Amino acid sequence: MKVNLSDTRKIIQQYRNKKGTLIPLLQEIQAIYGYVPKESIELISKELLIYPVKIYGILTFYTQFYLTPRGKHTIIVCQGTACHVMGGKDILDYLSNKLGISEGETTKEGMFSLERAACLGCCGMAPVVVIDNNFYGMCDIQKVDALVKEYRSKEANR
Amino acid sequence: MIKNSQQLNAFAKEIQTKKEKYKGKTIAICNGSSCRALGADKITQLIRDEIKKHNLDVDVVNVLTTGCHGFCERGPLMIIQPEEIFYQKIKPEDVPEIITETIIDDRIIDKLIYNDPKTKKKIVYKPDISFYKKQMRLLFESNEHINPKKIDDYIGIGGYSALAKALTMEPEAIIEEILKAGLRGRGGGGFLTGWKWKFCRNEKNDTKYVICNAAGAFIARSISEGNPHSVIEGMIIGAYAIGAYKGYIYVRHGYPLAIENFNLAIESAKEFGILGQNILESGFDFEIVISRGCGEFIAGESSALIASIEGKAAIPRPKHIHATEKGLWNRPTLLNNIETWANIPFIINRGADCYASVGSEKSKGTKIFSLVGKVNSTGLIEVPMGITLREVIFDIGGGMINGKKFKAVQIGGPSGGLVPESLLDLHLDFDSLKEAGTIMGSSEMIVFDEDNCMVDTAKFFIKYLMDESCGKCTPCREGLVQMHDILCQITDGKGREEHLDMLQELAWGIANTSLCQLGKSAPNPVLSTLKYFKDEYETHIRDKKCPAGVCKALIEYIIDSEKCIGCTLCAKRCPVNAISGEKKNPHEIDPMICIKCGICYEVCPVNAVERK
Repeated sequence: MKVNLSDTRKIIQQYRNKKGTLIPLLQEIQAIYGYVPKESIELISKELLIYPVKIYGILTFYTQFYLTPRGKHTIIVCQGTACHVMGGKDILDYLSNKLGISEGETTKEGMFSLERAACLGCCGMAPVVVIDNNFYGMCDIQKVDALVKEYRSKEANR
Repeated sequence: MIKNSQQLNAFAKEIQTKKEKYKGKTIAICNGSSCRALGADKITQLIRDEIKKHNLDVDVVNVLTTGCHGFCERGPLMIIQPEEIFYQKIKPEDVPEIITETIIDDRIIDKLIYNDPKTKKKIVYKPDISFYKKQMRLLFESNEHINPKKIDDYIGIGGYSALAKALTMEPEAIIEEILKAGLRGRGGGGFLTGWKWKFCRNEKNDTKYVICNAAGAFIARSISEGNPHSVIEGMIIGAYAIGAYKGYIYVRHGYPLAIENFNLAIESAKEFGILGQNILESGFDFEIVISRGCGEFIAGESSALIASIEGKAAIPRPKHIHATEKGLWNRPTLLNNIETWANIPFIINRGADCYASVGSEKSKGTKIFSLVGKVNSTGLIEVPMGITLREVIFDIGGGMINGKKFKAVQIGGPSGGLVPESLLDLHLDFDSLKEAGTIMGSSEMIVFDEDNCMVDTAKFFIKYLMDESCGKCTPCREGLVQMHDILCQITDGKGREEHLDMLQELAWGIANTSLCQLGKSAPNPVLSTLKYFKDEYETHIRDKKCPAGVCKALIEYIIDSEKCIGCTLCAKRCPVNAISGEKKNPHEIDPMICIKCGICYEVCPVNAVERK
């Protein structure tokens, strides 16, 4: 698949000649493409005179960046301490089993990506699951089961 | 635009008089991230619609969308002022009743009031709720009275008056005041804030920076979302005291509401002349920029955070040269935690002596903790330093869920130690926590009960820290992997006697040879569990049993044929079809297929499933 680089160009223009902006720049690229395409990395490197290795260094250091396309919906299961104590691991295991993918992977039909987070900062309603920036608190297996169904049927009705 | 402190004062007076004259009710709805996740934004909209429907005037009722109230577990929350009626777990269908009953007819709605889990009594008013009673909310209280998106609200409760006062003081005098107050860094280390300021002030450099670390978890999120102006006010005072003209707020990219509220706060402060050039006609200029950081645990370490703002990987550097000397872009930098900054306006306004009268001998003021895990009331609490663990867990937290037995509490985040029941009278302050083998760290308090396995818990934390290690130092990068491997062997039933000594040795090496605090504190979960719960390790190793019934390799599920009524519920719910049996006849679990998920154990109506 060919990547349309005009958005990358626009973003690079915004960040040209500014100090310490590589991370926000990459965050914006990811916000548009859903991941950071190889082609964009090459362009950033050429335009801003940054070695690709430095960009890859950043991308692979921070867990928020993805180098491959994501599913339509990203499910993040919080694995922070509070969520762990309240059963967050069981939820992750269950979803991984149900969707047939490990964390960091995307289902074959491209519907769901499964991720873990170190802490999402709403520990009072642990365990927490986030689907596309929608937070769901006090989850259990039944609740996430219903959520997966809900997102699937939303897509089917589209 | 406010030009000087007289105008600021006059404006604040105006808002206060208006508030005092107001005779109607105010519905303060928590719109913090947790309550929003539970549906608070929808409820806010419905309340507004319903008010319109009944043609209620603003003189009768007004709606205030606030930041976090702390009692997140009970969300969505609302407090109806002036009576302080506390409604919790509000559902969209309750909204019409709230307006007709409580607002119009002054009647309390029974089903929405709080039911104390300990005394089983129903409690109507917020100050009577035990979760709030023992707290001392010097920083947090204002969250309930202001809309974080409106600077007027903040000025109305006396906001920015500390700044106006500070700008008339000599910078050295401000630093003296902070020193005298005894404020210690809320980021976990507990270094005296005033000293940091003094070092930075003494540096001769034209360009200095102040940084606010708002990248923490629960606590940082609630302050940034609920009261961003208090942080900005603290930062301006700090910048004035050390002579900095630019500040950064490092917020997590994953907290959109925090970023939004900070942005709004900065913009409105600029419009009011509180940020920017010639602040309140003092001749002092200061600007604040938001740096959208990452959610990495290591980014909380000061030098790693600075690297992240510079656009590099968040990897710590040796600290023989402090950030106060050479920090961001190699310039003197004053980096404080968000909670530290939020304390500054209070100290300047009320004076060092007033601040120092709260807390314990060496740790002053209040501290915000996140209280989570197996206690009845979870959420964010603000307590005076020196309060005992017992008071926090059993009075504020309302005791253990389902009356289970308390086992341990972990304090300070993943790299904190686990504290057993025998230490429940421990005072919560920097020094006593250190003595007990844990840290103030991120001020998280996680309560464990008898159903939690301590070996498994230690394994979880080591795995967490192993994943979050930046990889710079070998002891932390490799040592944690080895520790995790040993812990896995123990929980898998392959533990050997010598493993315990090996864990001790690895822990010593990691703690003493790592560069940053993440590495130095990483062995705490293992060291503390080895100290206080050694018997659990021994049972795993010698008897190949997990007393808490958590470690899957060491347990099995069996259906008691005497008790089983053949309801088929377990067979229906089993995700791998490991349960067989005829209706109304005893069922059986095939151990070869069973994945030990425990669903059958949970769903059985007659407790016929046993875990051994």
